[in-house]
Amino acid sequence: MTAARPAPPAFEAVDLVRSYPLDGGVRVDALRGVTLCIDQGEFVAIVGPSGSGKSTLMHLLGCLDRPTSGVLRVGGVDVSTLDDTRLAELRNRAIGFVFQSFHLLARTSALDNVALPLVYRGVPRPERRARARAALEAVGLGHRLGHRPSQMSGGEQQRVAIARALVGDPEVLLADEPTGNLDSRNGEEVMGLLERLNVDGGVAVVLVTHDQGVAARARRQIHVRDGLVEFDTAAARTARRNMRSEWNERNEQNERHRGNQRDGDPR
Amino acid sequence: MRTAEALRMALEALRVNRLRTMLTMLGVIIGVLAVVILVAIGTGAKNAVEKEIAGLGSNIILVVPGQVGLGAVPTQSRLDLADVAYLRRVVGDPSKVTVAVNSGEPVRMGRIEVFATITGTDEYMPGIFERPLHRGRYLSGTDVDTRRRVAVLGAEVARKLFGDVDPVGRQVAIAGVRFRVVGVYETVGSTFGVARDQEVHVPVTTAQRLIGLDRINGVAVGASGPDEIEPLRGRVVAALEARYPDEKFSAVTQTQLLGTIGTVLGMLTGVLAAIAGISLLVGGVGVSNIMLVGVRERTKEIGLRKALGARQRDILGQFLIEAVLLTTIGGTIGIVLGVGGALLIGAVTPVPAAITWWSIVLAFGVSAVVGVFFGVAPARRAGRLDPVVALRSE
Repeated sequence: MTAARPAPPAFEAVDLVRSYPLDGGVRVDALRGVTLCIDQGEFVAIVGPSGSGKSTLMHLLGCLDRPTSGVLRVGGVDVSTLDDTRLAELRNRAIGFVFQSFHLLARTSALDNVALPLVYRGVPRPERRARARAALEAVGLGHRLGHRPSQMSGGEQQRVAIARALVGDPEVLLADEPTGNLDSRNGEEVMGLLERLNVDGGVAVVLVTHDQGVAARARRQIHVRDGLVEFDTAAARTARRNMRSEWNERNEQNERHRGNQRDGDPR
Repeated sequence: MRTAEALRMALEALRVNRLRTMLTMLGVIIGVLAVVILVAIGTGAKNAVEKEIAGLGSNIILVVPGQVGLGAVPTQSRLDLADVAYLRRVVGDPSKVTVAVNSGEPVRMGRIEVFATITGTDEYMPGIFERPLHRGRYLSGTDVDTRRRVAVLGAEVARKLFGDVDPVGRQVAIAGVRFRVVGVYETVGSTFGVARDQEVHVPVTTAQRLIGLDRINGVAVGASGPDEIEPLRGRVVAALEARYPDEKFSAVTQTQLLGTIGTVLGMLTGVLAAIAGISLLVGGVGVSNIMLVGVRERTKEIGLRKALGARQRDILGQFLIEAVLLTTIGGTIGIVLGVGGALLIGAVTPVPAAITWWSIVLAFGVSAVVGVFFGVAPARRAGRLDPVVALRSE
């Protein structure tokens, strides 16, 4: 690994199309050509009305589904080159899911719920339990290890789900309406947790929401409508950044030119 | 994913739906139970018959006129005592050949009358057949030569006629002729439905006169060892056919009887096991059915597991192991109940039941195979579920 090369972006999508064939030969295009790039460590909200294709986009990014056409690279790997088994391994390693309805196994303790992704990675049981315990402690549930989902509040359940998403050290957390089933206090708690994980842990967070308040807390918003990216706050920033870097570059060149003239030092 | 992990998950799933698990297992339990019990009864019957045949004595060759076999018409015997003397010369050892003349006759003592099989035989019979004496003595050569009216009673006949009194030295009337009792046999049970305890043995010469017959019903030849049986059988048959060129003779050995009866009973056991196996198959269909229900119910869970990185084979393995556990646990319970049932049947009813290790291994193996066979389709369905669709399902 060459140290100089920057880490590949977490997600890189080029002209992603996803269409579903319906009965009678009709096709529905859920995504009609989405191009975007999400870097490591970003905090992104994908926003859009229902039916806009944001869930489809989320499923594609999460490798739960495959695009009809277009290229999707996850951590630099083109997913079309992976078979179902490799794709499952990629999900297991690189992506942590948080769902609106938590999706915890009902009759299983918080600890075993959190340890589940490690089962499919073949991690031995003692190590699994230790890591699950650490993940639960990280989300402030160190005192709830043996509790079942039915014995916990919605906020606690979602934190268990976040611990489960984190336990495998993924590069990205994909959260689908993570606060959708929570009251505002618990929603706030969960959002705070996601922000903290993003800042402290360096995990990229991509959340899908139609709650403007939640979306506003992300550093970048991608608005999806009718299967297309309607607006991306990063695009504006990128434009500014490009302008700035162009400016810097020109300055640097000038500096270099002057320095070279002065003492021959390339710096 | 490790097998231990899949096993733990499957056990958990079975534990959660305890009632459903039990009901599903019931089909397998009944199937295995039926197989184990029916095979035990079949084997028990075979063992019992083999013991009866062995109980006759060892290394016996029974010589009968005509051809013995299925569909063969019984032939009127043309053998007489002269032929027996001839066979004694052929065999070389007179004590290795004995004779039987049979007839059913009433036997009376005072007012009590029983119907018995009167068998005319000679002094060599005890040396060939297994027939221990309870009291008195066997028939002697002098009894035969002088056509004495003496009798040795079967245990059952003696009990009915004399009760607790010692019959030796007393008189009985056989077909109206007075005989003196010289001995009583031990209880030996029955062979092929012939109640040997209801026989009365008298000298063959006396019997011929009593019945009015100069022929005999059969000759038995005793071989000196198991290896001697076959050559001796060939010699006896060849000698008889040389003496009567136009006739056929058969010599049946115990080995042949054992072989034939063993084959028949083995087939019968097989058929019984197969019928019981059908119920095991039906149990398997039940397993398949319930597994499909389980896959449908747990679609969301499957979707979640896939989202978390479960591969197709992980999900398939989980459900397959669940199905196999269902049938093997059911099979084990069925085996335990079946063995218990067979022992109970053997203890409280006259039906013999013998447990064989192979039927237990077979029943367990078959139930495992049933689990795999009927679990594969639901497990594949689970493994192939599309995670997006599965996660969305309610």
